Amino acid sequence: MTGTKSILVIGGSSDIGHATALRYAKEGWRVTLAARDLAAAQRNADDIRTRSGVDTTVQSLDVLQTGQLAGFVAGLSVLPDTVVCVVGELGDQLRAQTDPELATTIIRTNFEAPSLLLEQFAQAFAARGSGTIVGVSSVAGDRGRASNYYYGAAKAGFTQFLSGLRNRLALAGKVRVVTVKPGFVRTKMTAHMKLPAPLTVQPDRVAEDIYRADVTRPRDVIYVARRFWLVMAIICALPETIFKRMRI
Amino acid sequence: MSGRASGISDPGGIRLSGWGNYPKISTELLAPQSPAAARDDLLGRSGVVARGAGRAYGDAAIGTQATISSRGLNRMRRFDAATAQLTIEAGVTIADILAAFEPRGFFLKVVPGTKLVTVGGAIAADVHGKNHHRDGGFGTIVDSFRLALPGGEIVCCSRSENVALFAATLGGMGLTGMILDATLRLLPIETAWLRQDTRVAGNLDAAIDQLESNASSTYSVAWIDCLARGAALGRSLVYLAEHATRRDIDRLGPDLAPFPNPRTQRLSVPELFPAWLLNRASMRMFNELYFRRGAAHQGEPRLVHWNPYFFPLDAIADWNRIYGRRGFVQYQCVIPLERARRVLADILDRVSRRGDASFLAVLKQLGDGGGPMSFPLRGYTLTMDFPVSDTLFAFLDQLDALVVDAGGRLYLAKDARQSRATFESGYPGLAALRDIRQQTGATTRLASHLSARLGI
Ligand SMILES: Cc1cc2nc3c(=O)[nH]c(=O)nc-3n(C[C@H](O)[C@H](O)[C@H](O)COP(=O)(O)OP(=O)(O)OC[C@H]3O[C@@H](n4cnc5c(N)ncnc54)[C@H](O)[C@@H]3O)c2cc1C
Repeated sequence: MTGTKSILVIGGSSDIGHATALRYAKEGWRVTLAARDLAAAQRNADDIRTRSGVDTTVQSLDVLQTGQLAGFVAGLSVLPDTVVCVVGELGDQLRAQTDPELATTIIRTNFEAPSLLLEQFAQAFAARGSGTIVGVSSVAGDRGRASNYYYGAAKAGFTQFLSGLRNRLALAGKVRVVTVKPGFVRTKMTAHMKLPAPLTVQPDRVAEDIYRADVTRPRDVIYVARRFWLVMAIICALPETIFKRMRI
Repeated sequence: MSGRASGISDPGGIRLSGWGNYPKISTELLAPQSPAAARDDLLGRSGVVARGAGRAYGDAAIGTQATISSRGLNRMRRFDAATAQLTIEAGVTIADILAAFEPRGFFLKVVPGTKLVTVGGAIAADVHGKNHHRDGGFGTIVDSFRLALPGGEIVCCSRSENVALFAATLGGMGLTGMILDATLRLLPIETAWLRQDTRVAGNLDAAIDQLESNASSTYSVAWIDCLARGAALGRSLVYLAEHATRRDIDRLGPDLAPFPNPRTQRLSVPELFPAWLLNRASMRMFNELYFRRGAAHQGEPRLVHWNPYFFPLDAIADWNRIYGRRGFVQYQCVIPLERARRVLADILDRVSRRGDASFLAVLKQLGDGGGPMSFPLRGYTLTMDFPVSDTLFAFLDQLDALVVDAGGRLYLAKDARQSRATFESGYPGLAALRDIRQQTGATTRLASHLSARLGI
């Protein structure tokens, strides 16, 4: 399949990364999955190739090795039409409060590393004059919560980074930045958690929304599970004096 | 934030049931996300069994201590178009396979009445389709699988490797180990359509005559009106079908696309479907309409898409809820050929006099079984649903006596209540399964509520 479009998923061993890549593959896009856990990424790549018949490759990448990010982007044999970054880690908030190293890892994984990487793509896409950058952030970044504020703060940073990047690139025209805020998604990361059923979606729902926001109905910021938009609007509107006394 | 969780286990466990919503039992639920993790979950546990999509009706997929879901084992591995061989993990469903390969002109030669089952579940029950009398069970399309034994060893089973374990796993109801992945052979098809012939049979004998004289049809099944009595006892619509060729389409439906886009309309039964709708008057009316409509199509072959043809019930999500909170059991027996007419007539007569069975019963011809524990044997199988009630189990015990006397057996994938004696008299292959369980150390380690109840 030459001449078709291509997508690169950073975090290709994750459930959302897998579902997203599969969604694009079903439309004939060529797929590359980049991940630290190559075996897991390969399992996803095999699945995508078998289901869709589309060429799928994997690439090794540890985003925390930030010194290597520029080299990674420069070294790609094809610069993708769309790059989707689903890198993230919930981390253990309680432990992070007493373990600065873990706190640092949460911040770096959810904010520093994805931002530095997407900056590289922004430059490469701007030089080419086209491309879509999709950053998967989280509703957890909309308001700090007692139960996950390292994760939330890092996602807040990432959301703002994407927002700023979008504004910078908007002036140039052809490069788009999409911010995706999933709420509760049933994935490996949340497998052990009780999630509120009406607000919980499957990874393929996130994938569908990403595909739409990129290809069929371009949007800048999307909340997956639309009712989450309302939930977050209410949560964000609560005065801090009240919010701090609530257990949510 | 807290709230209802679906299928996620508390430290204290979760209440699980099969498709019949009876019985509901507490168990720890594990949800490994890869074959390797599934094997690790199995390692060192006891009272554990694998679970696929939970489409077995009774207690087969509920471990006495813990239950390992295969739903995270949902990746496909590879497909070779030249040999039509597909390798997939055990939690991939038949629906997944058809969604990916039907548009490319491949189908599965054996499918049960719902596509929402996993490959692991289909192997473990050696499920049969409407073509069992001709083509055999699901096991016939399986070339090999990898099985995790309770000790953590992973063995490859096929017709040339670990042969006894391969055979005992077909129909072994998860009691030989956890299937991690499998290689199947797909069936090339020319179109997505079936060429269906409908025959009306005035009573049970006529229905069996029809099935018998059309034994060369690829697919055949009879829908029996359970409410008809007396001379009309067992009146049925007999459906015969073949995969339609391109030429069939040219002839019977020139406007049809050979592979139409799937339409995804799904109705859902509300959580508390009023059980009072299932009364005799409404059922009688439904059956009358159903049979008149069927009779109107008699004689003219029609093209029917594979989805409604094979999976009519899948169009209604959660239809099992119509039986209400107490749940229901499905009764599926098979009676050997020579005794089938007389014994099935006796069973149907008792059922119609009792009057609380499902609207419709299904009658199918079966061929020889696959593994020692596979349900099919050469004869006729009858399937009916009964809402759970205080008098039901005593009534079904009476039916069991007829089945045992005729040398028949009950389907474990549907069972929730048969006795050990009924089970043991129906499954002479049990000794082979017990041997294997002994050898692999599975005896107490792998245990479902079904195996505990029946002493497997
Ligand atoms: C509407 C409907 C129609 C049906 N029609 C038919 C039919 O026509 N013919 C027929 O034969 N059956 C039929 N069935 C029954 C169904 O095909 C079987 O019960 C099948 O086993 C269900 O598969 P599952 O994935 O849901 O498995 P589950 O119900 O979750 O488990 C069934 C058994 O398989 C075992 N198992 C599951 N996964 C694994 C694994 N990975 N490794 C080892 N063991 C495993 C479990 O331990 C259990 O014993 C029907 C069921 C329904 C609901």
